[in-house]
Amino acid sequence: MCTLEKRGNIFILTLTGDHQHRLNPTLLSAIQSALTRIRQQVTTSPSSATPSALITTANGKFFSNGYDLDWARIPAQAQARRDRAILADSMLRSIVKDLLTFPMPTIAAVTGHASAAGFILALSHDYVLMRSDRGFLYMSELDINLVIPRWFVAVVDAKVGSPAARREVVMKAAKLTAKYAVRLGVVESDHGSAAETVEAAVELAEGLVKRGWDGHVYADNRKNFLRDLIRRVEDTSEHNITGSRL
Amino acid sequence: MCTLEKRANIFILTLTGDNQHRLNPTLLSAIQSALTRIRQEVTTSPSSATPSALITTAHGKFFSNGYDLDWARIPAQAQARRDRAILADSMLRSIVKDLLTFPMPTIAAVTGHASAAGFILALSHDYVLMRSDRGFLYMSELDIDLVIPRWFVAVVDAKVGSPAARREVVMKAAKLTAKDAMRLGVVESDHGSAAETVEAAAELAEGLVKRGWDGHVYADNRKNFLTDLIRRVEDTSEHNTTGSRL
Repeated sequence: MCTLEKRGNIFILTLTGDHQHRLNPTLLSAIQSALTRIRQQVTTSPSSATPSALITTANGKFFSNGYDLDWARIPAQAQARRDRAILADSMLRSIVKDLLTFPMPTIAAVTGHASAAGFILALSHDYVLMRSDRGFLYMSELDINLVIPRWFVAVVDAKVGSPAARREVVMKAAKLTAKYAVRLGVVESDHGSAAETVEAAVELAEGLVKRGWDGHVYADNRKNFLRDLIRRVEDTSEHNITGSRL
Repeated sequence: MCTLEKRANIFILTLTGDNQHRLNPTLLSAIQSALTRIRQEVTTSPSSATPSALITTAHGKFFSNGYDLDWARIPAQAQARRDRAILADSMLRSIVKDLLTFPMPTIAAVTGHASAAGFILALSHDYVLMRSDRGFLYMSELDIDLVIPRWFVAVVDAKVGSPAARREVVMKAAKLTAKDAMRLGVVESDHGSAAETVEAAAELAEGLVKRGWDGHVYADNRKNFLTDLIRRVEDTSEHNTTGSRL
């Protein structure tokens, strides 16, 4: 469901398989394992981590179309459905927290549609590059009668600069093409095709690796930079407020 | 002091009467009643609310010139004056909280000057449209020797994007024409006259109603979107800090 390759000091995690790379425990677990493997590889000692970079990308038409709602709705009982929703939420929080504390620069090369949880996964990277010939970023919750989780709003708050842009994303469920996303400051750069996007991501990654930053120092800086976001990702109190509609 | 009309699924609340639509308990109470009436009309069940939209606008030269300071200063005793200030503050907080949790998209069609509390009332809507031929947005407190309430600053923080723009608004008491406000990202769009502004608001409202969002889902999304602002609007601890100069 995902592959992990290495080019020089650049790790490339690719979401594979069918089913729009929907985030269910199988895929989430595969992503988590890949991230753990990368951490182990670059951590040469408790105090240093070889300068590296991570690129997350995907095959096919979708980057990720969000949570696997079909899977979540399989059980007949409401409580069992709620448990599945909380499980997926918990596993994604764990991955996002991992990315926000990752010991190297992270780049999302968005080569297809990224919706809801898939959009959040992309935004959890330091840099977001996107193809401009097709595909959009889309916080779909409002259009499918769901309430966006508070910690998703926290990611949008941290990564989307203006109140108006955040309103377009969250309160208007706008479908952002790459051009629009660059204008709103959500995306770093746009590129003509999926291949060009990945190539640009590799170029950016190489430039960042050349800076020679120790990975642990980079991670510690990011922890201070995104302290408030990390706290809000860890805050699960919203589970106690309203029931999930999944 | 305000009228409420309905065009298809769009509610239009218009501030009427003389005295610059100054926000005193009479007008605040009329606005609150209108908002409550709208909520009752669209709430068909505890879990669903018909797709609708609210436009708030005004007749004449002013949208609203802020609190009714003349009314607040009538009593001879300082404590009685303080009580009046706290009453107006409390009623406006209630209206703003209502708007921030309103079960439909909200649009302020600013057809005249909006100062201080009047500016805050406008900003409490999801979208702000404004006429460009006359009128300005103006956080007047500094110019009239008053201290801006902390919860007013919270509204500005949530709706005005850059630190420099917020400084212009709060710490420079800048008089923003519609063009200025567009540039600072405070206003969605500007229009040649009052009538054109209301027409544009109706067009925007129709487009949003067409999205078919359930009103309660929209409100819940906004609650998560503006969690921090809502908390700061509810926080009345600043009353205990310094005495009001009203």
